[in-house]
Amino acid sequence: MSEILKLNSLEKRFGSNMALHNVNLSIESGKIVGLLGPNGSGKTTLLKIANGLLQPTSGEILIGGEKPGVETKSMVSYLPERTYINNWMRAKDLLDFFGDFYADFDRSKAVDMLSSLGIEPNTKLKEMSKGTKEKVQLVLVMSRQAKLYLLDEPIGGVDPAARDYILNTIISNYNENSTVIISTHLIQDVEKLFDEVIFLSKGEVLFHDSVDNVREKNGKSIDQLFREVFKC
Amino acid sequence: MPWDFDNSLPIYLQIMDKIKLKIISGKYRSGEKLPSVRELAQEAGVNPNTMQRALFELEREGLIFSVRTSGRFVTEDEQLIGALRHNLAMEKISEFFESLKALGYSTTEIKQIIDENIKLLEKGE
Repeated sequence: MSEILKLNSLEKRFGSNMALHNVNLSIESGKIVGLLGPNGSGKTTLLKIANGLLQPTSGEILIGGEKPGVETKSMVSYLPERTYINNWMRAKDLLDFFGDFYADFDRSKAVDMLSSLGIEPNTKLKEMSKGTKEKVQLVLVMSRQAKLYLLDEPIGGVDPAARDYILNTIISNYNENSTVIISTHLIQDVEKLFDEVIFLSKGEVLFHDSVDNVREKNGKSIDQLFREVFKC
Repeated sequence: MPWDFDNSLPIYLQIMDKIKLKIISGKYRSGEKLPSVRELAQEAGVNPNTMQRALFELEREGLIFSVRTSGRFVTEDEQLIGALRHNLAMEKISEFFESLKALGYSTTEIKQIIDENIKLLEKGE
């Protein structure tokens, strides 16, 4: 198994604010990884750096052995926490858009997923609810054949039934050459999906371990452990 | 419908138990081919790696075996399945005794209560 994501003493400051401090991580291909931490712990910053949207202050990040750049953009499929899609577009325009942008975009897969979720491709984005827009965006991101999927809060705004469908999509989409990193607060809903979890606290990695190890060691679910570790 | 799991215990162990139960109860017959890892993972709603690990452990215990290129099969060793069934029954029985003892029942009382219930069962049939 090869290493898809590698961070070496990565640091990111925003002015005097230390968002990430001395982060060392190594993530292999073929894993589903939960990136967990309270608000402001650096999850989104980490994902943005991996996607090349932010530059680290110091340290190194490698994706499939390469620095974030043009090459890595074709390997990474990123779902931001906020939508960036244009309201005037129709779902079907977005399919064209993604098809133009990404060589690995599988249009028929996206069409299938939209129809399973009951989303009509001719509907304008501005006529969709917030949750439906999130579904559309996730469909687009998951329809790429990427090596690394970075999903920032993918299920936050969607109803439980659609959540199940989305998690199922992640499972069925899984293959040993791709890794999915999911940042979320809805741990209970997704923890049975994870191979590994990373706990981030105030910009530092608290631990990175396999979920079944964590359960065996602590006799607790990831959700329970999170509540204890980050008790306010 | 995904399988039910207790998130505080390793999932692969729980998958193993569930598959064992399916073998004992005959839902997966001796010698029958199992669904693929991916299908099972989807059915259970778990990560394929976790399912893989559970199947690997079951293979080590001899309950299933894999045939190169054609998949995984339930063991043809009926004795092994029988022994597994017996073990599980013993486990359930001892749980049952534990809980009745916790309620303050003596062994004589437990015997009585079992006899009564067996009679009721037989009448029902």
